[in-house]
Amino acid sequence: MIRLSVNGKRRSYAGHPFKRLLDVLREDFRLTGSKEGCGEGECGACSVLIDGEPVNSCLIPVGQLEGAKIETVESLGTPEKLGRLQKAFLEHGGAQCGICTPGMLVAAEAHRRCGGSTKRQALCRALAGNLCRCTGYKHIIESVAAALSGKR
Amino acid sequence: MRSVGANARRKEGPEKVGGTAQYIDDYDIPGALFGVSVRSQVPAGRIKAVHFDPAFPWQECVVADARDIPGQNVVRLLGDDQPLLADGVIRHPFEPVLLVAHPDRATAWRALKHVRLEVEPEEPVFTMEDSLAKKRVIWGEDNVFKTITIKKGDCAAALAAAPVVVEGTYSVPHQEQAYIENQGMAAWFEGETLVVMGSLQCPYYVHKALQPIFALPPEKVRVLHCVTGGGFGGKEEYPNMLGGHAALLALKAKRPVKMIYDRLEDMLATTKRHPAVVRHRTGLTKDGRLLAQEIDIVMDGGAYMTLSPVVLSRGILHATGPYECPAVSVTARAVATNTPPNGAFRGFGAPQTLFAIEMHWEKIAAVLKKDSLELRRANAVKIGSVLATGQVLKESVSAAEVLEKTVKRVGWDKTKKAHARWNADAKKPTLRGLGLALVHHGAGFTGNGEDYLKSRAGVAVDRAGRVRVLAGSTEMGQGATSTLAQIVADALELPYDAVSVERPDTAKVPDSGPTVASRTTMVVGGLLRRAALDLKTALEAGGKLRGPAAFKAAAKRLCGTAPERRFLADYHRAAGSSFDDKNYVGDAYGCYGYAACAVELEVDKATYEVKLLRVVTAQDVGKAVNPGVVEGQIVGGSVQALGWALLENCVYKDGALQNPRLTDYVIPTALDVPDIDVIVVENPYSNGPFGAKGVGEMPMDVPGPAVAAALLAATGVLFTFLPILPERIQEALCSQEAA
Ligand code: FES
Ligand code: FES
Repeated sequence: MIRLSVNGKRRSYAGHPFKRLLDVLREDFRLTGSKEGCGEGECGACSVLIDGEPVNSCLIPVGQLEGAKIETVESLGTPEKLGRLQKAFLEHGGAQCGICTPGMLVAAEAHRRCGGSTKRQALCRALAGNLCRCTGYKHIIESVAAALSGKR
Repeated sequence: MRSVGANARRKEGPEKVGGTAQYIDDYDIPGALFGVSVRSQVPAGRIKAVHFDPAFPWQECVVADARDIPGQNVVRLLGDDQPLLADGVIRHPFEPVLLVAHPDRATAWRALKHVRLEVEPEEPVFTMEDSLAKKRVIWGEDNVFKTITIKKGDCAAALAAAPVVVEGTYSVPHQEQAYIENQGMAAWFEGETLVVMGSLQCPYYVHKALQPIFALPPEKVRVLHCVTGGGFGGKEEYPNMLGGHAALLALKAKRPVKMIYDRLEDMLATTKRHPAVVRHRTGLTKDGRLLAQEIDIVMDGGAYMTLSPVVLSRGILHATGPYECPAVSVTARAVATNTPPNGAFRGFGAPQTLFAIEMHWEKIAAVLKKDSLELRRANAVKIGSVLATGQVLKESVSAAEVLEKTVKRVGWDKTKKAHARWNADAKKPTLRGLGLALVHHGAGFTGNGEDYLKSRAGVAVDRAGRVRVLAGSTEMGQGATSTLAQIVADALELPYDAVSVERPDTAKVPDSGPTVASRTTMVVGGLLRRAALDLKTALEAGGKLRGPAAFKAAAKRLCGTAPERRFLADYHRAAGSSFDDKNYVGDAYGCYGYAACAVELEVDKATYEVKLLRVVTAQDVGKAVNPGVVEGQIVGGSVQALGWALLENCVYKDGALQNPRLTDYVIPTALDVPDIDVIVVENPYSNGPFGAKGVGEMPMDVPGPAVAAALLAATGVLFTFLPILPERIQEALCSQEAA
């Protein structure tokens, strides 16, 4: 039995310890915000925070996570009550098809927590592990910059 | 209150950023099995036997093959040549042969390791040359899916008389759409009705394709769209196949079945951009005026016809570029190879042929010792120009405008001079270059395509005065939902939030045609505007409507006892335009968009790595209904094209992609591209809603040749192919040095 905290709630998981965190979140906990784009650590669509660090959840066997604190896109806000980053993505065109968006938001949140520079180069570096095929990144970068600088 | 021209928020945006938007794999379908496909693994041959490993628990599985198909074994599209499941014959390495479903996803995937196909191999054909030479005939009588020719004037005579003739051959490779959401569909039966839903662009294509497979009438097939994680053409026609597979398993299992590809299967088996080889022979005056263009195009269609004839058609119609030439002769052929079928990808044949013409200008410029910019200026189309098909351009022609705006913004002469100084300094670690390209892009379906589609779209109003958009056009990230709602809101003089958009569901919305060809805003938006104006007229029967209360009261009156009233509009070709699709003469498109792009880059002298310094692009979209969405399309499309030009390298061996992962098929990250500088030009089209003429594909056409032109400026090497990888640059520069 593995006990962990997911978005501030205590959860336990009793299945196979090699099951990927991504599948545990999506299938066992029905948190489908985190997406699978590649299943091999390349696209970042599955990004979540583990103890505050951004991680590709498709690469992590849940067995390693006893006592860990997991945060997913769902922790940032709901459609009815969006968080600041989410609002900025909505207003500045940061989400097109939206499939990369949960991972982008998680990466942006991690960046915010470690200082959150709004310089273009710093933002690009913070998001470089997350692929987006729709936006060409411009509006994502503008969204994150807007959220971090408090500009509406 | 006007919402056209404003950055209205995406209707589906809150769910997308909240993480609650439901993509197909996010649906928990009770009782659903998970389906996987067993594929051929050899490029050509005949299936002798199928061996099931007795150690695997097959009794827990449902297995389907071609014999289980109740109707025709065909994936209906332009031709009926592609089977849903291989029936004895293998024509490419990922031909689906068997389907397996199991309640547990991991077990279903594992099953694939326990089936073995025994295939008697046949001689495969992998290249366009071998196909044309009929090394073996693998399709029809001559391996040719389609031949198209265009003739204007006497090209041979004009070439013979031309003072200057320049020849060149250009080639472009496959490209993977690389939408981040892999393909996925689910299917089940409700009584006798087949229901299919998934990640797709064209619900009515799937609807049409499923009928013959299951021998069902149209009303017994229902197709629903899910939130779709990118398409770019890749989900135009493949969902017909995947939907058929899920449905066949569901039929046999008598339970719902979900099939979601992993990245590997998606990249190996689904369609890619058609590779092409384009040859130019061009006659010119000594000062660079076009006299004759002779062009030959060959595209690799892969093993089945799919959409190749229409890709070829768009390709040939863009082959001359946005230039006027008195004598033109173009031949285009799409040929078969034993590789997975190629299909739609943003631009649809045009990026291929536009790369060739734009690089050919660079070659001509070198021969004539002129600036290619001057040559483009001298030959670009304007109002009154006659295209190769004889189409006279009557309105909304912006070739010169987008060119000049781009040149001005990038500071053409000044930047060139600065680069010359930089490159002359041997101590500088890089070589710098500035390049330019100019394109046009036909708006909407090619030729008579829109006439055949007979699209229909409309609006509904209910007794409470709520307005809904009814169209089969899908949102896949491009902003169709907000754009269409904005058009309807303005037509009805309602606030944007008062208009909602019905989910595409063939049981609920009319067939507004496929969501392709940059046609949604222009064509479907136009139909919706007409339908909304009809609704408005009906509502105003009792007098002008002032304010929301009056609108509500009028809606209640209009509905009477019915819960809602629908107003639908049907497509009609604009008066005075016609196209002869046998001879390729006439108005190939109602209108064209125009785009120019300038790329400034540097090449590292030690590593040959390319760094993009600046990308400036001006694009004429007629009217930006939603400027944010339009800019998003232009930036996103430009970055896909930059990836095609510099990074994305499909390596094939024995007909199979050798790098089918995002780890080894590299698409641009945020660090690979500069902040794209977009200039939106609005030169309205009289037949588009509020002047709009579409934007989706054009951004894909123009950065590729601009990158190659910039590399020419930096290195002196004319790259006639894509992608231009560091190792290609190294080879070229080293052999230049050796020479
Ligand atoms: S799914 Fe985890 S990185 Fe792509
Ligand atoms: S918005 Fe579609 S992949 Fe990023």
